[in-house]
Amino acid sequence: MTVRTGDELPPLRIPITRTLIVAGALASRDYQDVHHDAEAAKEKGSPDIFMNILTTNGLVGRYITDHFGPRARLRKVAIRLGAPNYPGDEMVLTGEVTSVAEGTAEVAVTGRNGIGHHVTGKVTVQLPTDAPGTGDARKGTTDTPAATDTPAATDTPATTDAPATTDAPTEITTPDTPR
Amino acid sequence: MTRDELHDLDEPNGLDELCGRLTAYEGRTAASGGAGRDPVNEPMIRHWCEAMGDTNPAYPDIAPPTMLQAWTMGGLAGHPGGSARSAAYDELLALLDDAGCTSVVATDCEQEYVRSLRPGDEITFDAVIESVSPRKTTKLGTGYFVTTRMNVRTGDGELAGTHRFRILKYAPARPKAEPKREPEPEPRRAAERGVDRPRRPRPVINRDNAGFWQGVARHQLLIQRCLDCAAPRFPWLPGCGACSSQRWEAVEASGAGTVFSYVVMHHPPFPAFDPPYAVGLIELAEGVRMVSGITGVPYDKVRIGMPVELEFLRVDEELELPVFRGAEA
Repeated sequence: MTVRTGDELPPLRIPITRTLIVAGALASRDYQDVHHDAEAAKEKGSPDIFMNILTTNGLVGRYITDHFGPRARLRKVAIRLGAPNYPGDEMVLTGEVTSVAEGTAEVAVTGRNGIGHHVTGKVTVQLPTDAPGTGDARKGTTDTPAATDTPAATDTPATTDAPATTDAPTEITTPDTPR
Repeated sequence: MTRDELHDLDEPNGLDELCGRLTAYEGRTAASGGAGRDPVNEPMIRHWCEAMGDTNPAYPDIAPPTMLQAWTMGGLAGHPGGSARSAAYDELLALLDDAGCTSVVATDCEQEYVRSLRPGDEITFDAVIESVSPRKTTKLGTGYFVTTRMNVRTGDGELAGTHRFRILKYAPARPKAEPKREPEPEPRRAAERGVDRPRRPRPVINRDNAGFWQGVARHQLLIQRCLDCAAPRFPWLPGCGACSSQRWEAVEASGAGTVFSYVVMHHPPFPAFDPPYAVGLIELAEGVRMVSGITGVPYDKVRIGMPVELEFLRVDEELELPVFRGAEA
């Protein structure tokens, strides 16, 4: 797969169900009640339970590797939250490749829901090295998972570009701090 | 709510004494000697992938990199040896709690992945308080952004990734909803809301303005007049803005005025106020202006130049305020 600056990733539509919110919270070991207990969330001023930041992070990571294939390696995921993901909504993830250099691509990701931007972020992903321009890199590798994890690909240090500047606040409405 | 709604409304920092005490925590340890509750393991990876709908065949031979923080979480029971959180971080959070910044919201997560985590990897972590922002006012409320940076390592001490996490510790801009045990008929609930509703803020009464509030208690609107140059002034101040004289007398205003300007408050809602409502800048017949509520006219019927007349509003058992009744067109 050839990756170029300006490439747009196909949108990924994610229905925001209670099941997704609760399953994501528990899979990330986040037991803050606002992510599973609607009554408790309301007492804290939120209209309903809402997705935790770890789930958003996981969905953004999935969006990138779904597109670039199992041999792509996430190097950096930086996200900022905005409008909360409440049950019954839908989030549409979109992405655009903003730069490609030395086998890594940087992708700007946005997740919009019915009330605004849930997430904006930047992902640095190391592209598969041995399949340039061969079409869908995923297809040839999905049946051989062992081959998708060469040490050369996984042990390379992360790219060390400067962190995204993050001065502007965004919001959700209730506590979301892992202990 | 959109991102734009939470951008800073202001950044008042000049007199923010607390800010200095908070930034003293920058660079101090936020957590040390933390150990993952479980080693990296296939069941947790599988649960994560099922929740995320992630069918990447690279997992669970390696863990999804975005699980980095999950391996450090205490879960429902917490870490068996107690939290790895440092005393310094607890102090910082307590300072913020004491300042009324009791609510917390996660705003940013930045993770860098250095090496893949695989089932069997033991996890250790430590964290540092990277920065504390100046006081920020957001739509959620006023507070401080606290950024921590965590290093996540495997059992052999090798760095697996870094995790920068930013929270906003803030004083909510509106009160938390009262928990409702059971539904009640609407009229009774409305009545209870009236009883329980937060009280309006109390005026700050000091030596310089005590005379004004004594006047209010007698249903007199008192302004000051300079004994040297006769300039009227309001609000109450020790000295004359025109000639600097400190000699003055209190004069009762007639109560007649006009709307010099006004705003209509829609958002954010404050406790004890029901938006939308109009706030007027009233020019008194004596020539001074005061900010006050406008009564008797719907908020959207208030107009500049509208004649108004003083009246006193009993707010609660201990607070009475001068307000101005508009003459509806």
